[in-house]
Amino acid sequence: MAHFNAYGWGFKALLLLFISIMAFSIRLFSVVKYESVIHEFDPYFNYRVTQFLTKEGFYSMWDWFDDRTWYPLGRVIGGTVYPGLIFTAGSMYKILHALNIPLHVQEVCVFTAPLFSALCALSAYGLVSECRSDGAGLAAAAMVAMVPSYISRSVAGSYDNEGVAIFALVNVFYTFIKTINTGSLGWAVLNLLSYFYMVLSWGGYSFVINLLPIYCLACVASGRMTGRHYLAFAPLVFMGTLLAASVPVVGFNSVLMSEHFGAFFTCIVLHAALALRFVRGLLPQRQFEAAVRLAVTAAAAVGAVVVTLVVGYVVRSPTFGWTGRSLTLLDPTYASRFVPIIASVSEHQPPSWPSYITDLHAAVLLAPAGIIGCFKNLNNGALFLVLYGITAVYFSGVMVRLMLVLAPAACCLAGVAVSDILNTLCCSLKAHGAVLPLPALARGGGDGAGGSAAAGKGGAPGAAARRGGRGGSDGGDGGVLSSVLGREWNPLPKTVAIAGFVGVVGLLMSYTIHCIGVSADAYSAPSIVMQAPQEDGSYYVFDDFREAYAWLRHNTDPETKVASWWDYGYQTTAMANRTVIVDNNTWNTSHIATVGRAMASPEAKAWKIFRSLDVEYVFVVFGGVIGYSGDDINKFLWMVRIGGGVYPDIKEADYLTKDVRIGLFADLSAAQYGQRGYDRVRGYVIGRTDVTLKYFEEAFTSQHWMMRIYRVRDRPLRDSAKPKSARQRAAAAAAA
Amino acid sequence: MAEIGAILRTFADEYKKTPAKVKALDAFIVYALATAGVQFLYMLLVGTFPFNSFLAGILCSLAFFSLTVCLRMQIDPSNKDFSGISPERAFADYVLANAVLFLAVWNYMG
Repeated sequence: MAHFNAYGWGFKALLLLFISIMAFSIRLFSVVKYESVIHEFDPYFNYRVTQFLTKEGFYSMWDWFDDRTWYPLGRVIGGTVYPGLIFTAGSMYKILHALNIPLHVQEVCVFTAPLFSALCALSAYGLVSECRSDGAGLAAAAMVAMVPSYISRSVAGSYDNEGVAIFALVNVFYTFIKTINTGSLGWAVLNLLSYFYMVLSWGGYSFVINLLPIYCLACVASGRMTGRHYLAFAPLVFMGTLLAASVPVVGFNSVLMSEHFGAFFTCIVLHAALALRFVRGLLPQRQFEAAVRLAVTAAAAVGAVVVTLVVGYVVRSPTFGWTGRSLTLLDPTYASRFVPIIASVSEHQPPSWPSYITDLHAAVLLAPAGIIGCFKNLNNGALFLVLYGITAVYFSGVMVRLMLVLAPAACCLAGVAVSDILNTLCCSLKAHGAVLPLPALARGGGDGAGGSAAAGKGGAPGAAARRGGRGGSDGGDGGVLSSVLGREWNPLPKTVAIAGFVGVVGLLMSYTIHCIGVSADAYSAPSIVMQAPQEDGSYYVFDDFREAYAWLRHNTDPETKVASWWDYGYQTTAMANRTVIVDNNTWNTSHIATVGRAMASPEAKAWKIFRSLDVEYVFVVFGGVIGYSGDDINKFLWMVRIGGGVYPDIKEADYLTKDVRIGLFADLSAAQYGQRGYDRVRGYVIGRTDVTLKYFEEAFTSQHWMMRIYRVRDRPLRDSAKPKSARQRAAAAAAA
Repeated sequence: MAEIGAILRTFADEYKKTPAKVKALDAFIVYALATAGVQFLYMLLVGTFPFNSFLAGILCSLAFFSLTVCLRMQIDPSNKDFSGISPERAFADYVLANAVLFLAVWNYMG
């Protein structure tokens, strides 16, 4: 934006530096409040692979067969993992150690996500400044830096693919738009490499490879397609497919799965459109029309053949060539009908309405305004932002997890809106000769982390007002104003402008306060350590998980097999270093169903199942004592559902009545507790109170009873309490 | 038919006006497409058996084709889409892109 030239690059760079620092530091609440520890479930797997990588090197990671998980099947790690995050952290670790900075792997992993969210803010700046203006770019960067949805997956310690993937996503879009705007193959190569990094990092790359074709088709349809679109897209498709196929987990899917066909189709369309432009440039009008008629007839014939072939290929495959996850996205009811394992994960549920406000806050309000703003001055980039926003809204409505894809889109659009609104308001103020209410800005600027954001947004109007003041003319610079706004323009009344300005600044400040609050309270919990506030203001710490995993690590044989519900598989392998039956990778539903069936069966049957899997220890997570609602009782119906999906003898209806004897799992939870298990989420009391275990024995119960570890007995206890059958009783009487 | 002949004649006449450098690139483009076509024919006749080799081969030809098309558009003086880019810069970018392409294809060899 023109105003920034008064300050030049230095000012922008300073603001971007502040924004990056804020993006990094707002994610450190988890370290400050808890400790520098890896969070939740999946990050533990990534952490374990990173440890392996730093010890054994990159090449042995590709060949790593992990026999500690999915016993007795094992898992080929190299071929089933998106290696972007692990390679990133691994390289950072190697570089740090090459520089003689002896950080532990865990510290590197903990701080990877915050670092990349700072980079993501920079990419968002690049994207929006390419699409719109530098001012909008700065506003978007500031909003992305602290949007709660993104914070939820990138707090320090949340060492998950999304931490780097959202940066990769925004970066691909930035380099793509940059390529289109410059028309340089050099940028196209950068775009290709960003795309490769995206494929390495996250399965969400299929969003990219479908959004870019949609955008190109929109450009062709609206007649704005140029050679630069071809240059940005066609090499990306060919070379990107080649690079994607070299990532083992993607492999030949990159040409065989329907997710990618849209890109190939668009590539053909782009070639056709380009050829058309070329021929039109050479031929006179009348002959061109005749040629087009001929070409269309020929193309229709060829196209019909191709379409028949593709449809034939697609129809032959049972899922129409789509992977299960993609089908879940296109048909939101698919998972709940066919894949309970996908539906059972809470982050795969559709989001509730309040979560849009929690996760996006002001961006929800501003993003639609940003779409309108984009249409006012619809260039290549603005069209892209609009399409990105709209598709992302759809996907976020299908799965909570994909709110992450929406967050940068909403923030970029919101940045456009903020910039436009502030422009209008400040130009109005300037037209009335009013001096900007600078004290308000200064107040915003003194507000710590939030202040830098407010300054980022306030920078544009501040500069505008300064220039207006120098000009000293009342409304005399209408030419400048209309060039800024790109149309004929009448200033708003002064009072309205001031009120609007205060309102916008207030909204952005409340956004900042909301983001910091949410980051501090809601999204920083590592979920392996819990805290409860005490009366004197201090916090009481529940560290049961690590206590129990440490018990397993120190008190069991290294070759012991441990069974639990699949949620705890990664943590068990990473923290207890013991072999597990199932883990969070969930690639083999029937294996998970076996564990679910054992948990839902009576003790004797469960014992047989566990013995057949060589299981020596079983543990359950039990929240009954301290009122922890995320325990296994909450998840129990999913064990039944997933077990019942494979083994018909488990019927969900049997477990919905309150007073039924409810299987091994409830017995293990309730043994010696004296009360029955209580499903805090649904308000049910389940199981029995008088549990005497015969096939299992209690091995360890953690301090607050959250983890209960049981040993599977070698042979069951002798059955003294069992009422004898009539014939045995008669025989005993006769003997007496 | 006569119409087609007329169209082709005009096309040929107009095409003769393009600079020699661009014509050379056009020949290169045709060559790249021909290599892709040969591999496609081979696929139809023999099959895709070493699928990674087939994939690398045909995608290499196609990517090379599209990169050359980009270079052609960039150095064609009658194309106004790329006004900001000098031919030297375009060629340097082209070399870089090809280096990346063949590095990627290299992974599939052997």
